[in-house]
Amino acid sequence: MLELRGVSKTVDGMDHIRDVSLRLESGSLNVLLGPTLSGKTTLMRLMAGLDTPTAGQVLVNGQDMTGVSVRKRDVAMVYQQFINYPALTVYENIASPLRVAGVKGADVDKQVRKAADLMKLTPYLDRTPLNLSGGQQQRTAIARALVKGAHLVLMDEPLANLDYKLREELRDELPKIFSESGAVFVYATTEPTEALLLGGRTATLHEGRISQFGDTIDVYRNPQDIVTAQTFSDPPLNLLGLTKSGGEFRTSNGTVIPATEDEKRLPDGHYKAGFRPHHLYLQRPSEDAVCLPAVVDVSEITGSESFIHLTCLNHRWVALEHGIHNVDVDAKIDVFVDAKNFMIFDDEGRSVASLMREAA
Amino acid sequence: MEKTVNNKAWFMVLPVLLLVAFTAVIPLMTVVNYAFQDSFGNNQFFWVGIEWFQELLSSERFHDALVRNLIFSFSILAIEIPLGIGIALCMPKKGWGVPVCLVLMALPLLVPWNVVGTIWQVFGRADIGLLGYFLNSLGINYNYTQDPVAAWATVIVMDVWHWTSLVVLLCYAGLVSIPEAYYQAARIDGASRWAVFRYIQLPKMHSVLLIAVLLRFMDSFMIYTEPFVVTGGGPGNSTTFLSIDLVKMAIGQFDLGPAAAMSLVYFLIILLFSWVFYTVMNNAGTEKKHYAGEE
Repeated sequence: MLELRGVSKTVDGMDHIRDVSLRLESGSLNVLLGPTLSGKTTLMRLMAGLDTPTAGQVLVNGQDMTGVSVRKRDVAMVYQQFINYPALTVYENIASPLRVAGVKGADVDKQVRKAADLMKLTPYLDRTPLNLSGGQQQRTAIARALVKGAHLVLMDEPLANLDYKLREELRDELPKIFSESGAVFVYATTEPTEALLLGGRTATLHEGRISQFGDTIDVYRNPQDIVTAQTFSDPPLNLLGLTKSGGEFRTSNGTVIPATEDEKRLPDGHYKAGFRPHHLYLQRPSEDAVCLPAVVDVSEITGSESFIHLTCLNHRWVALEHGIHNVDVDAKIDVFVDAKNFMIFDDEGRSVASLMREAA
Repeated sequence: MEKTVNNKAWFMVLPVLLLVAFTAVIPLMTVVNYAFQDSFGNNQFFWVGIEWFQELLSSERFHDALVRNLIFSFSILAIEIPLGIGIALCMPKKGWGVPVCLVLMALPLLVPWNVVGTIWQVFGRADIGLLGYFLNSLGINYNYTQDPVAAWATVIVMDVWHWTSLVVLLCYAGLVSIPEAYYQAARIDGASRWAVFRYIQLPKMHSVLLIAVLLRFMDSFMIYTEPFVVTGGGPGNSTTFLSIDLVKMAIGQFDLGPAAAMSLVYFLIILLFSWVFYTVMNNAGTEKKHYAGEE
């Protein structure tokens, strides 16, 4: 078990990590989700003990390890770059943590071969890392982390530099392999999709702060605030400013959007509605949907899906549509939204979902 | 597709051909020409075949100079390479210290050869030189004009002073190109300082070290100016290297034939050694260790 208590890290007067508290259980898969520069790597370095926090404590199994050198901790780490000993063979690379630990004889061979087998490296044991493909190099680094049997396994965007197919393969395998070892497994990524595919638990990170920590799917469905919802949305979350009075919302151009039963319980006032790109429709999806005028900025077609970027009531939105929709730039079109898809946030960006539930 | 032939294309490569001819081929051929002939002035030449080569290869004077050259080159390599690596490892990686160190390191490289020679010639003199006076006042009998050991020490220390910087700069360039993540990974692995050097820094410096060894070997094997200025090849013949001997032969005695033969042999020796160094170091870098079968 790894616990962070009020951990902060300040470098040259800049807050890199602000007051982070987290409890990560043994045998759990934890995703750190956040955009570049949100502090994922810094947080991992603090967890590993590569850096000491400016304030707060790092506890391992209830024992205070703040300030204990990384050499005396039980940690393995895999990086975005492929880090291996360049002059050693794959075999010796995988064996290196065992050699440092003083494991002798046939034990080394057994463990190395087991890890190599899991990582599909058996045919390449005699090669040096530079004679391997990127995927194989990263597998070697992962095998090294695996063989170490560390209590804490940190992976800092390990699949970012790999091609699509290898990423899918490794993303499936990694959680299984490491959950069996009973380690605290931490995986940093910038991609919401990756977090959802990995499952487990997710902590969303924004400007050095944990905005929410919980079961991945729960964080995705019920974000506590706009920042979490935005971090956990790719393509970006669409936002719409609304004024509520009585049983309906009103947009800035006066369009009335009928509220759902839950939403009707909210006090009158200003709100922000967040909804995901696949909930912005180009065709009327249901009777309750409301039509809004929009101007197309650009449309991107990936093959099976189209992303239509548009401006509506001074908001920049993205609509995700299945199939190919080639819409002309600057075309005036009608778009549709439905209040039942809204995540409602108050003026300060906090989710009011709990407020609605309490009222019920 | 049909191949078109345009003879005018030759004009495009003509400048390069002319340049190479004037700078390399023609001088080399002149030397080859001299090496097989004897001359008695007045532009009279006589074909002597391989006589000069036979004479040279069996001459004790040549053997001695060659051995001196080898001892000198290997000595300075043995000092400059480890010292250069050591200094590069100690240099700061960031901050204001980096430009300061780099400029300090580059300074000796900016001094011309003959000036370096003159500096050390004066520096080492027992009567007015700071080093010579200091050593003698300590009771060490140091006089490079009379004592061969002192002469050798002076020439070697001078070369180390002049050229270790080059090794440092090359190694430093290799070191700073190692991503920080490697050192972090090594710390997490619990690798010792020595292991970090042996398994991360040294392999990553391998290619620059190869260049450093080659450059320092070729350059030191051709050394002329500094020992010529400091010792003039003496005392006796104790610091007469191949280049000094060659100049004595060609200009001092005007033996063009033997000197030409010696130039060719000298050239081939450097070529051979450089090739050996390159091959050995290149193989050492890509050598694959088969641990799988051990234990």
